Amino acid sequence: MSDMNPRQTAEARAATAEAATGPEAATGSRATTEGPTVPPAATASPAPTAAGAPAVPPRRPRKGDGGSLRDRRGPLASLGLHLGLVVAAVIAVFPPLWLVVTSFKPKTEAFTLDLVKDFTFENYKHVLADTHFLDWFGNSVVVVLGTTVLGVLISSTTGYALSRFRFPGMRPLMWTLLLTQMFPMAVLIVPLYNLMASLGLLNQPVGLIVTYLTIAVPFCAWMMKGFFDTIPVSIDESGRVDGLTPFGTFWRLVMPLAKPGLAVTGFYTFVTAWAEVAYATAFMTGEENLTLAGGLQTFVNQYSADWGSMTAAAVIIAVPAALVFGFAQRYLVSGMTAGAVKS
Amino acid sequence: MARTMKSEAKAAGGPDTPGGPRRTGTRGEGTPGPLRRALATHWYAWTMIAPVVVVVAVIIGYPLGRGLWLSLTNADESNVERTIGANTIEATYEFVGLDNYTAILTDTVFWSRLGWTVLWTVACVSITFTIGLTLANMLNRKLRGRALYRVLLILPWGIPAFVSVFAWRLLFNERNGLLNNVLNGGGIDSIAWLGDPTWAKVSVIAVNVWLGVPFMLVATLGALQSIPGELYEAAEMDGAGPWQRFRNITMPGIRAVSSTVILLSTIWTFNMFPVIYLLTRGGPGDSSEILVTYAFRLAFLNSPRDFASSAAWGVLILLLLVAFAVGYRRVLRKQGEVW
Repeated sequence: MSDMNPRQTAEARAATAEAATGPEAATGSRATTEGPTVPPAATASPAPTAAGAPAVPPRRPRKGDGGSLRDRRGPLASLGLHLGLVVAAVIAVFPPLWLVVTSFKPKTEAFTLDLVKDFTFENYKHVLADTHFLDWFGNSVVVVLGTTVLGVLISSTTGYALSRFRFPGMRPLMWTLLLTQMFPMAVLIVPLYNLMASLGLLNQPVGLIVTYLTIAVPFCAWMMKGFFDTIPVSIDESGRVDGLTPFGTFWRLVMPLAKPGLAVTGFYTFVTAWAEVAYATAFMTGEENLTLAGGLQTFVNQYSADWGSMTAAAVIIAVPAALVFGFAQRYLVSGMTAGAVKS
Repeated sequence: MARTMKSEAKAAGGPDTPGGPRRTGTRGEGTPGPLRRALATHWYAWTMIAPVVVVVAVIIGYPLGRGLWLSLTNADESNVERTIGANTIEATYEFVGLDNYTAILTDTVFWSRLGWTVLWTVACVSITFTIGLTLANMLNRKLRGRALYRVLLILPWGIPAFVSVFAWRLLFNERNGLLNNVLNGGGIDSIAWLGDPTWAKVSVIAVNVWLGVPFMLVATLGALQSIPGELYEAAEMDGAGPWQRFRNITMPGIRAVSSTVILLSTIWTFNMFPVIYLLTRGGPGDSSEILVTYAFRLAFLNSPRDFASSAAWGVLILLLLVAFAVGYRRVLRKQGEVW
């Protein structure tokens, strides 16, 4: 950007910012002009345009070592900033870290304050060999994968239709999808429980999958609509010109472009279902039928407090989830724009 | 009785099937009626939304209708349809009208739970938003180790909430948890983090804030980065101080994003089940019980299980949420937001 004329740079940035964040942000930045600030164009005016094309405002060269004006700060401010962030980061990381530390201590030493005390894998061995942990893990995987795949499959065409077509019934459908997303579980849990009981689906993964779809389907449809919105309509038009039916356009042109969107939607569904507690607790009973959310509760309750096993199980649950999340987090940001860029 | 129940439920589920192509009465030959013309233009859109419409009607619409019906009966553990061995016992509960609702609304339990739920929601959302925005502001500048800070700060988001809650229970443990050990080391008496009504409330709010900050941080950081830096430079040249810049550039710039995340976060917090259920089980007594956990307790923890009252609580909670969302939207509209 530095090789461009500053006036162009400022205006281009303001324009992209407006385009990127929609009308609300535009009104926002306009509102600021009424305050003590100056409209964006005025930023560029100090640089005399007549002085030649590569006119760079005097502050530009500092970009390397601290950037624009507001990034300059005294050493004391820097120290304060880092101090604040370090404290926040420690608070964020400490509880899970302590979980990991505790899981490597013998049961009897679970509450010692030492970082390492008689390092042992005993808790992990116990959890994997002597409890139903692997059953719970299997149940969770079946339920969550079922929910994710079905949810994305069922809702993808609806996301596309809502993004592309104007049809009677569209607004009611959008409202239904929005409204169902704020349903508290308390309003559906009793009727669903009675329903599952009469269908004999309690303690069955299928029952829990159906239940989770009540959360996943509206959410997926809503998110997919957002992703399809980022894919230019010109692609659809070119497909129609080439004689594809709406379904052909959707399946052969738009779907391949929407893969990142599908992945992100699926990932969010996965995470939500993986962490669900209320339905899983109410619908699944009996040691071997539990999912992870229910199983973890069995270690520490009114009757027993096996903190060693609990921490080991918690680590086995959390580590893969955190890794997937860390990976998807990067992919997520680029995935949101990838659909538009690839086209 | 069962038959009326089903037909009622279907009627209630009706509004959830919008725009279904109804083939009522065919017009004369040659001139296609408006319905058929609509069918010809929109059939593919309707086909595409069909799976979701059917699924939503069957697994959300029907249970919702049934829940409404249950809330008007005296259904509990002893009189619902159930299977014992090979025998199925028919449901024997009866229609009681609005009795459940009057009982709930005239009882102090509902109002005290509602008061605490509102306090819990307001406290959680405002604290979470403030911390999230502060951290986002700290991260939104050139800084050594910025990427590392970001990863560490959003870590709580990446761990399933029920796991984190147990991590906090480990720290909160009254007799030998880490927090009390630290306090004792400093010469302060132990605190019954989860055993004292007031401290239990503080604890559940603290844990929920800890869980919610990463989402706020990521959302507001994205909004902050979309504000052009030139605005700040111009303002600074004109002599605007940090607070003025924050008030007049940052706040309007993140307004759209923050109004959305506050709405979302309010609904999530209002409905937050796992934190309270797993941390305190609503206790001690029912002091930290919010509306949703109390409804859950009525149907699944208390004995005998009271399905009808729980359903009525559920309906009331839904009404409260809808009223809130409508009101919030109206306020935003008055301020000129298009949403």
